Amino acid sequence: MKSDTNEQLLLKGLAHSDSKAIESIYKDNFNMVLSLIINNNGSYDEAKDIFQEAMIALYEKATSESFILTCQLKTYIYSVCRRLWLKRLQQLGKTTSGIENFEETVSVDEDLETHERKNAEFSMMDRALNSLGEPCKSLLKAYYINKKGMSEIALQFGYTNADNAKNQKYKCLMRLKKLFFSQYNIGE
Amino acid sequence: MEDILLLNSIERYLDGKMLPDEKAFFEELRLSRHGIDQMVVEHKLFLHQMDAYSDRTNLKSSLEYIHSKLSDTAEISSTEKPAGFTAKIVQLWSRYKRVAAIAASIAGVTALFITALAMYFSPAADKSELEQLSRDIKQIKQNVQVTNRTLKQVAEPKIPKAAMLTNGGTAFLINGDGLLVTSAHVLTGSGAIVLDNNGSEYNADILSVNKTLDLAILKIDDKDFKPLKSLPYSIRKTQADLGEELFTLGYPRDEIVYNMGYLSAKTGYKGDTSSCQISLTANPGNSGAPVFNKNGEIIGIITTKQMQAEDVVFALKANNIFKMIDSLKTIDSSFESVKFSSNSLLKKLDRVSQVKKAEDCVFLVKAYN
Repeated sequence: MKSDTNEQLLLKGLAHSDSKAIESIYKDNFNMVLSLIINNNGSYDEAKDIFQEAMIALYEKATSESFILTCQLKTYIYSVCRRLWLKRLQQLGKTTSGIENFEETVSVDEDLETHERKNAEFSMMDRALNSLGEPCKSLLKAYYINKKGMSEIALQFGYTNADNAKNQKYKCLMRLKKLFFSQYNIGE
Repeated sequence: MEDILLLNSIERYLDGKMLPDEKAFFEELRLSRHGIDQMVVEHKLFLHQMDAYSDRTNLKSSLEYIHSKLSDTAEISSTEKPAGFTAKIVQLWSRYKRVAAIAASIAGVTALFITALAMYFSPAADKSELEQLSRDIKQIKQNVQVTNRTLKQVAEPKIPKAAMLTNGGTAFLINGDGLLVTSAHVLTGSGAIVLDNNGSEYNADILSVNKTLDLAILKIDDKDFKPLKSLPYSIRKTQADLGEELFTLGYPRDEIVYNMGYLSAKTGYKGDTSSCQISLTANPGNSGAPVFNKNGEIIGIITTKQMQAEDVVFALKANNIFKMIDSLKTIDSSFESVKFSSNSLLKKLDRVSQVKKAEDCVFLVKAYN
């Protein structure tokens, strides 16, 4: 099946953060999700939010070792978005007269549970980073997120040499670890 | 500073950047010092979290970027309206609007045409029917007037001028020579005339009246009467069955009237075995009328009806005719030659033709003093 292999390729691309693959998935599915959200008491920005969260969930699924997609990509995305939106509506206290399925849905509960856990971890890290304060935050972000080399960072932040920057990085890292694990262990 | 060095070593160890000798030394250290081992595990977990965090952050920013790029190039909707879906409809519309327009105009023209046809034809048809109907009524009126006139013309000579009509009923032929049977209670006066369905009058002699059976025999004694070779119906000697379909021809008015019903009981009023009960509509004037079964055999003669009940009519069974003729034979030799037709010619005919053939043999009786 051509479309199947095509979707497999797209997901592989997504797992490697290939922007072409992400773009293709985005193009094919965003409007569907947009009409789902709009037709059920939502706004454009909410639709974008929900869709991107679904993309993240899909990414997590695509990168996981036990990844199998048992249905069409479109169906999966629709199902995830539907669940996420229902939950969001509940949180907001908005009502909707039950989302009608204009697409078939599959059960995504398990995947969303994993996604929820990862969400929690993400926000823990986010909180820890944000409470670090500058320049630690930017320094660590440059190293770990933007994957910049130490000498480049030294230049950017104005350290006299890479070793100094490295020392500073480790100091910051230790503080961050402390902050993160204090939350993480409470969370556990 | 020692912590920083340690952390540096752990990171290099986890990244796989250590030289083999150094790595072996470090692994030794992990084994001997639990604190270090724990730090390694902890840092591994932390780095994993950090990786996940960075992946997600990067993905988010790339999604953001792609979203704005795609909405700029209008490949996805940039407003509340889900463009993809409306676009599809618009696309379909632009593709099929010619066809839709043609289909709609054909439908419109057809609808108009049919409406015009319906309007043109339906009232016109109604009018002509109405006209026809009124013409029919006129014709009927004329017919009625005509028959009245002929009745007036004919009615005078046969009844003696001083005579008063006393009663009326129905009689029917039992042979071709003009022998008639009617009910005894019809003949209340001293004489009788009979009229056929065309209004022709014939003089008739009352030959015998049996008041117990309520049966009378008349004979047409008139030069105008043309004897018939045979009768279309026969007279049945045996009893009719319950529920058998029956019909009768009689003169509750000056014209012959057809009625139908069924045998509802094998005995007559209060268990009278010489008669039977039938269910049909009978009125004064039906007395003496023959009751036919579906084969056109006479099974009885209508005599009376029960006053309180609807459609409860009693008929004398037809075998009484034979009894009476037989008893007359012993008294009067002229009855010796009387023969009855044994086969009904009405068998297997439809009702209309049965009635058509039988009606010429059923007469209106007018008794006078």
